[in-house]
Amino acid sequence: MTDTIIEVRNLTREYQMGAELVRALRGVDMSIYRNEYVAIMGPSGSGKSTLMNMIGCLDTPTEGEYWLNGLEVSTMGDDALARVRNREIGFVFQTFNLLPRASALHNVELPLIYAGVSGRTRREHASGALSRVGLSDRVDHRPNELSGGQRQRVAIARALVNEPSILLADEPTGNLDSTTSEEIMTVFEELHAQGQTIIMVTHEADIAAHAHRVITLRDGRVHSDTKKAA
Amino acid sequence: MPFREAFRLAFQVIWTQKMKSSFSAIGVFIGVMFLIAVVSVLEGINKYMTENVVETFMGVNTFQLRQRPDFVGEDVPREQWNEWRRRPRITYEDADAVIQGIRSVPVTYAWVSYTGQDLEVEGRRVQGVQITAATEGYFDVKGYKMADGRPFTAQEVQNGQPVAVLGHELADRLFDGRNAVGEELRLRGIPYRIVGVVESQGNVFGASLDKFVIAPALSPIKRIANPPRVIDAMFVKARTLEELEVAREEAEAVMRSRRQLRPGDENNFELETSEGALDFWANINRVLMTALPLLVGIALVVGGIVIMNIMLMAVAERTREIGIRKSLGARRRDILRQFLVESASLAALGAGMGILAGLGGAALVSATTPLPASVAPWSIPTAVGLGAGVGIMAGLYPASRAARLDPVEAIRHE
Repeated sequence: MTDTIIEVRNLTREYQMGAELVRALRGVDMSIYRNEYVAIMGPSGSGKSTLMNMIGCLDTPTEGEYWLNGLEVSTMGDDALARVRNREIGFVFQTFNLLPRASALHNVELPLIYAGVSGRTRREHASGALSRVGLSDRVDHRPNELSGGQRQRVAIARALVNEPSILLADEPTGNLDSTTSEEIMTVFEELHAQGQTIIMVTHEADIAAHAHRVITLRDGRVHSDTKKAA
Repeated sequence: MPFREAFRLAFQVIWTQKMKSSFSAIGVFIGVMFLIAVVSVLEGINKYMTENVVETFMGVNTFQLRQRPDFVGEDVPREQWNEWRRRPRITYEDADAVIQGIRSVPVTYAWVSYTGQDLEVEGRRVQGVQITAATEGYFDVKGYKMADGRPFTAQEVQNGQPVAVLGHELADRLFDGRNAVGEELRLRGIPYRIVGVVESQGNVFGASLDKFVIAPALSPIKRIANPPRVIDAMFVKARTLEELEVAREEAEAVMRSRRQLRPGDENNFELETSEGALDFWANINRVLMTALPLLVGIALVVGGIVIMNIMLMAVAERTREIGIRKSLGARRRDILRQFLVESASLAALGAGMGILAGLGGAALVSATTPLPASVAPWSIPTAVGLGAGVGIMAGLYPASRAARLDPVEAIRHE
């Protein structure tokens, strides 16, 4: 049952930096299937951030095709992309990217607000997501009242609250100590076990080791793609 | 994002940055405060002019037959003055003919001539007293009620009896609180017996309306007021405005035929109504009402520019927040709405405070000066609308910049 969730064909992205044309992605091909746990690795400048922006629908390719859960994302306009980000993608960032003035609960509510969910349903969903990451006793805390690990858990709860097709994590442990990193990895492990598709961009080999498949980029192309024996 | 969320968020931001918010809304605040206060004072004066002043001087549903207008608004050219002066005076015969000519509607009327002097009784002196030589209908036309004694009668007018009726304050001041009825008073050297005192009429702009003496039109004072058989005006009062108009037309026809005017000739007499008198105030009012929007406009434009700047700063400061929101699925219109609602709320709050301050200012003016103030109901929604409008206009550019931010760059922004 190989259910394709991401299909990327000849994905190319070029930037104009002054007079210079930067070719961040030079034709990436790959497929990711439902309930896979994938790490995307590569040295800086390999194009992994660009690829992650593409997969996260924050950016559109110069050339090539990107299909996400049966939708051709590469040809979509701004508003349609926003909708896809809202429904299909849950972001987890290195710097957490929580709104500092809002409570944990309100941060988790944000994707629901943009999905048009209101009132009690919204609060229930959000507090449900927080208890899934073990933070049901921290709903009213603001980010600065939480530890790094707790903040990242809030971010994970926020990413999961709309039940997205993919959880997209960009260096999720980059700002955490090793104990906390392990803790977050355990959360990922559990989510994966529950059926969540996870894509994680990292340059740390021991973090990538938690994934079941590792795709390495080099110079804007897929360099290697190895699956761990299950 | 639904509007409710946008408003909640806007008020949260405004509340957490109280200081900054107050400064940014100050322009709108001042504009609106000014609008409300000035309009209230103007409206108050307006009401006062219509309800008190004009009624007091002119009477309700009343016109005056005169040689020339009494209330004159803007500067009158010299030629006009000369024309007015050359007109024949109003005579007893004119007045009689006009009253006989008004047949279709019932009216009351009074002949009126004016003079003035300083009066003195037992060393108590009142300066600049108006002496009105009138027929008995005057009390009815003016709506005077008696505080003491009685008005003079038709008989006393016919016989030219030296009797007088005093205004309330004048009676008090001359007779030191004693009952003036039965006392004697010298008008231009002629002894008059006081038969009545009129109820207090209050004051206009701080000037008393009670400093008058009324004497019968044919009593000796007539020789001082006017040449023989001439009066200053005849007041004609009808029951309604419609009947007044009928009476006025009949009076005009009588006067035109008496003066032998041909069709097309201008009237060489004046039929002045309270509306005519109001013109004088309407002119002043018009000038003020033209200048006001200009001043308010300037304040609001400045207020709008301040808000626009603050919003541009807010967009720059919150670039990352915008990026985060976009990554979570906020569309352009969500971000646009968020910032528009914020700037509109900011301006509306400024406007709201401005309304309160304006009302306070108007109340202060009416409490501390003789100027009345009356809040014009239209000015409040206008102020709110203007404030919110300014907020939306000022927010458009910053909000659209926020909405157009590239999520990748915004989220990386420090």
